[in-house]
This record gives sequence, structure tokens and C-alpha cells, in this order.
Amino acid sequence: MPDVTKSVPPPSSSNLELGSEKPYLDSNELIINMGPQHPATHGVLRVILKLDGEKVLGTECVIGYLHRGVEKIAENRTYTMFNPYVDRMDYVAAVSNGLGYCEAVEKLLNIQAPPRADYIRVILTELNRLASHMLWLGTHALDIGAITPLFYTFRDREEILKIFEKYCGARLTTHAFRIGGCQYETYDGFEQEVTKFLKFVTPKIDEYEELLTTNRIWVERTRGVGFLSANDCIALGVTGPVLRASGVKWDLRKAQPYAAYSDFDFEIPIGQHGDTYDRYIVRMQEMRQSLRIIEQAVGKIPSGPIMAKVPKVMKPPAGEIYHSIESPKGELGYFIVSDGSTQPYRVRVRPPSFVNLQALDRMVRGQLVADVIAVIGTLDIVLGEVDR
Amino acid sequence: MLDYVTSYLNSNTTPGQAGNFLWAFIYILLIFLGLSLAVVAMNWLERKILAHMQVRLGPMRVGPHGLLQPIADAVKLLIKEDIMPAECDPLVFWIAPLIVVLTAFTVFIVVPFGPTHAVTDMNIGVLFMLGVSSLSVLGVVMAGWASNSHYPLIGALRSSAQMVSYEIAMGLAVVSAILMTSLNSEGTGTLSMIGIVQAQQAQQTWFIFKFFPLGLIAFFVFAVAMVAETNRAPFDLPEAESELTAGFHTEYSGFRWSLFFLAEYSAMIAVSSIAVTLWLGGWLRPFPNSLTGETWDLVFSLFPGFTFLVLAGMCFFSTARMPKHPYFRIQTLGLAGFGAVLALIGLVLFAPPVRDRVQDIYWFVAKVAVFMYLYIWYRGTFPRYRFDQLMKVGWKVLVLIGIGVLILTAILGVVV
Repeated sequence: MPDVTKSVPPPSSSNLELGSEKPYLDSNELIINMGPQHPATHGVLRVILKLDGEKVLGTECVIGYLHRGVEKIAENRTYTMFNPYVDRMDYVAAVSNGLGYCEAVEKLLNIQAPPRADYIRVILTELNRLASHMLWLGTHALDIGAITPLFYTFRDREEILKIFEKYCGARLTTHAFRIGGCQYETYDGFEQEVTKFLKFVTPKIDEYEELLTTNRIWVERTRGVGFLSANDCIALGVTGPVLRASGVKWDLRKAQPYAAYSDFDFEIPIGQHGDTYDRYIVRMQEMRQSLRIIEQAVGKIPSGPIMAKVPKVMKPPAGEIYHSIESPKGELGYFIVSDGSTQPYRVRVRPPSFVNLQALDRMVRGQLVADVIAVIGTLDIVLGEVDR
Repeated sequence: MLDYVTSYLNSNTTPGQAGNFLWAFIYILLIFLGLSLAVVAMNWLERKILAHMQVRLGPMRVGPHGLLQPIADAVKLLIKEDIMPAECDPLVFWIAPLIVVLTAFTVFIVVPFGPTHAVTDMNIGVLFMLGVSSLSVLGVVMAGWASNSHYPLIGALRSSAQMVSYEIAMGLAVVSAILMTSLNSEGTGTLSMIGIVQAQQAQQTWFIFKFFPLGLIAFFVFAVAMVAETNRAPFDLPEAESELTAGFHTEYSGFRWSLFFLAEYSAMIAVSSIAVTLWLGGWLRPFPNSLTGETWDLVFSLFPGFTFLVLAGMCFFSTARMPKHPYFRIQTLGLAGFGAVLALIGLVLFAPPVRDRVQDIYWFVAKVAVFMYLYIWYRGTFPRYRFDQLMKVGWKVLVLIGIGVLILTAILGVVV
């Protein structure tokens, strides 16, 4: 393990006090407020920037504009009733959120979803990962000024949403899974449709890469921007593609396999430089790996029941559980404390977006204003998840 | 009086040179009208072309295929409340858009749409164009400063730095083209816009192909610099939407904002006109020297009419493809009517007296239109440069190439 203690400076009361460099001329530093209404802050993030001309001296994130008290709501809902709420946290990857919660409660109840349900879960979650990455790619490219990829990715994401819609009736906040398995059996022709989608989307990913990967301006805008070393990543708790782009091979699907992930053969793409370009490459590779997983899962999806035996009234034994999965953004964890009643005593979510957002200041300090936008994009945050 | 009006009619100079103010005024009005129409058309075309590049439809609701959308936009902008921020400097805030618009329109008095189709022909035409168009940076800085707000200020600072730096590369490229005009028996070059085109005619080649690839490289430098000069993608940092919301005109709305819009598009047309005049033979039709003779003259003079007939044909084709539902009846009729108007214009353009006169204008406008398409294409393709990279490209690449091309052109000019 890298030595974590050395790379982190002592915490300061406010980040804005740290800009120690004296400007060349007698000039004032400019403090500008970016957001919460700003086209590139991906929702309602507010960043207070301290600038010396175009150079960023410090940032401070102000969050909470989308706070809905999801964790508190959980304390007044039964385990089943709370299930749809988790979809509203990371609304771009609602399926992953649902999976994490369902598996955590299953672990608490000590039940196991049947294999067929696990396979359906894997297929839908990986499709959701694709959808989430596509949305990330489109908006990230838009932030850097390439407006066209956004429309391409939305066109292709639509196909995924159609599959979701056909499966469970909802497109975004799907509520696809139930505690103990899946509520719905797959519809007729589900496998064929997914296979068709895989054939459709593979050349499309090539198309995105054609637009961006070797684009000179894109490479210049992303290479060396928002560098984050592996040590910093670990120290700040950053997970997901951001961590992997820094060269740490850590993916919960491999490290602590859940659902049916241990049955599939796939690789964890990692980067070397930990910059925005590597994060881009890692996510593009991940999309291809997701396709691989879906292809295998659709090929050997077992038959059988889709629901385990779950009591009508769920009363988990008193105790606590932490279960985490690899959401498209990073490690999504649920910590649930049960007091033996029908409602959880406390639910705490470890949202990857929130934790990853902490790295923003480290990544942009000393860089230019335009890089702040690029870095916010590359962190792939969803404010619904940051604020909960 | 009548003599004064008719005296110009058969002259072979521009009204400005002939000293005929009435005709100069008429030309100015025509250019103003044509330019406003071009900006309106560009507004629609940009949205449509960009939309089709991005697998969407673009404006479709106001009028058939959104043809009336620019008019709806204009009306909306005109009736909007005129907001002036409380903390702004009202006078500067008021003057800034005027300066930008004035400079953008003023440059057109020397743009030669044909050997006599310009308001006037100055002996320093190119200098005048570059000089006046670079004044627009003043308006931009004033707008950013007067807004008294952070985002416009950063936008204005970026913009001034960018426009001033790229002017140098632009100027170097222009000088190498002007050097080429002196390659005649007398050895006299010219800065006159009309003179430059005539020099290309006399040397029997567009300057883009002169001393291949030197002309091409100079043209390339200019083509890149002109995109930066007009603040368009991929150099649209001053108004980088995702960073600075709207850059220097963030605080502007309504009519004032539309003046900036107007100025941006006329500036694009203006710099494209410079490029066309300097490197692409201005109003000259393709192969004016090799494909001569009456037959070829006739063939090329039919182009304007055919262009409009093709456009009309596209309208009729779309009319046939319109949904047959009664809801779309007015739209269908409107599109058919628009097609009919275009077809009529096309037919009028076939009439011999008309077709001989519009030829020059047609070729000039067609070449400028190619640049306009390129502008839209860039916007649909490229990400945005970062500020330091933009400066690097300007100073470390384009200026160097420009100097190199200039020196080589000068040497070759002496040797050849």
C-alpha cells in the first residue's frame, strides 16, 4: 500500500485562505461564484473560485441545493417502501442504486437472490453503466466545447432506456429490482433485444472514439489536466474510474464479487497518468467491458425463479450491515442499522459522487478556469447523489 | 439631376471613385439589406445544418421547416424588456454594441462583389478592412467592462488578448498575398481590394495556388486566424458557454444582444470576404482564363439561375414529403410558395441582361458561403481550445508560419 499519510496536507478551515502566491502586480484576486445556476456544473453544484486572472488559486464547493433528506426518510419507511427512494439519488444510474440497496437488505435478512435474478440484475446494471457513461461522455464533451457527441450519446442511450421501459415501465428511476430478486420476469424477446442492442452500440462507441480520442484539441484539453495521483486518490477516498485512471486496479466487481459478477470474464481497465484523458480512456474501455459482460450474461442466463422466499413483513434481526457495489461512479455503499422492527433504524449511503467531489480542489488548484469545467465533468458527479 | 443619376450607369468604376454619392448611397443600402438578410439566413442555416450534423431536426415549428424562426426570434428580441444592470456604466454599456455593429458593417464598403460592385475602391482597401474590423475589440472590451460583472470581464479580457494576437498572424498572411500582387511587369503591388482580384486575373491564378504550396499555407494561416478573430468555435473562448455562460455579452439582452449577434455574423462574412478576395479570386468565376469562349461564358452565366432552381426543387421535394394532415396545410402551402418564389428568382436570373450582371456577385457570394459552411462545420466538430493553448497556437505556430511564408514569398517573388 502506498504511504497515505505523507501526501495529504493538514486540513484547513477554509480552502480559500490557502492562496499564498503574491500576484506580480498590485492587483486584486477575483472571487467568482460558479453556480448553482451554471450550464456546466451538472446540476446545482456551486463552486466559489478564487482566481488570479485565469489561474485558479482555490475552490470551495457549496452543496446541498438538492438535499431531500433521503437518509432520514428511510427511518420512517419500511424496507420495501424505501426501495424506490434510492433511485432518486443517482438518477442517471438508478438501477445500480437499487441493486446496492436490495443486496444490502438481503444480506441483512440473510437471504440470497436466485441465480436467474442475479443474471437479470447484472444485465440491467451493466446496461445502466453504459447509459451513465454515455451521459457522462456527452456532457463532458459538451463542457469542453464539443457539442456534437452529446447528441450521439443521447441517441444511443435512448435504446437502453427503451429496454428499461419495456422491462419495468420506467425509463430513468426504474425501481427495477425488489428485495430478494426481481419483481418482473424478462419480457419475450428480451435476450434478442439486448443482443441486438449490443450489435448496434459497438460501432457507436467506435464513433465516439473517432470523434474524440485522437482529436488534437481534445487531447490537449484533457492531457495533464486535473492530475490526481494514486496516493491522493486513496487518501481522499476517491473510487471508481477516477481511481482506476490513476493506476489502482480496484473494482468491487472483481475485488468483492456481488450478484453474479464472479461468473463473467472481464478486465479492469486502468490508466497510468491519472489525468482527465486517462479517465476518459478508462471509461471508454469500461463501456466495452460492460458490453462483454452483457454478452456473456445474455448467453448463459439460467432459468428458474426470479424471487427468493421473502417474508411479507420484513423484520431483519437487530444488527448492522455495510454492503457496497461498484456503481458507474465508484463505490456505492449502504450502511443499514436494524433495530429488529419493520423500519431501518438508520440508513447511511456512501455516495461515490460526494466522495469524489472532494478531490476537486486538489485537482484544479493552480490550473485555469477552463480546467475547472473539465475536471467537474471528468469527476462524473450527479448532484442528486452528492446531496441526497 | 437626372443626368447625375444616369451619368454613373455606364461607368466602369465604383460609385465611390466616380464621386457619385447617390449611387454610393444606393449601394450602401443594398449591401445593408443584403447583409441583414444574410445574417437572418445564416441564423436559420446554422441551426439547421448543425442540427442535421447532430442527428436532430432543428427548428421545425415556426413556418415550414422552421423557415420563419429567425423572424420569430427577431420579434421576440425586439419586444423584450430592455434591461440595463443597476451597477453598470450606462453610457459605455449603451455605446459598446453600437461600436461592434458599426465596425462590422463599415468594412463592407470596400468589399468588391464585382469589378464595379463595391461602394468604393480605396487604394488601402485591405488595410482599411483589417483596421476597422479590429476596432470591434474595443466594443467587446467596453461591453465587458461596462457590465461590471465578473463573467463578462473575463470574457472581454480573453477576447481582447485573443483578437489582438491573432491579428498579427492574420496580417502576416495578408502581406504575403499582397506581395504576390506585385508580380507584374511594372512590379507595382496594390492594397486595393479590386486591384488584388484583378492581379489574380492578370496572373491567371488564384493566389491560393500561387507558388504552391506557399499561397495555400498563407491561406491556411489566415483561415485559422479569421476563425479566432471572429470568436467562433473552436476559438470561442470569449463566449465559452460552458465556462463563462455567455462571455462579454452575459448582461446584455433583447435588442442590444441582437446587435452583438448581428455583428458577429457580419464579421464572419467580412473576414470570409477578405479571404475570398485575397486567395480565391474574389468575383472571378472558376477558370476564367482556360475555359474561355462564348460557350463557356454562357455555361457559367447559367449557374446563378440553376442554383435557385435547385433550391426551389428542394422546396418542392419537401412539400411533397409534408404530412398530408390538414393541420399542415398552411405549412405545405407556405413551403410551396417559398419554392415558387425561389423558382421565379431562378427564372429571372436566366434572362440575359440580368444574368450578365449578377454573375460576379454570384461567384463571390458562393465562395463566401463555403466559408460560412466551414464555420458551422467547425462548430459541430471541434472541442474548444483553452486560453493558454490558444495563445500558444497563435504566437508559437501561426505567427512563425506566417513569417516563414512571407519571407519565402518575398524571395520567390524576387527570383521568379
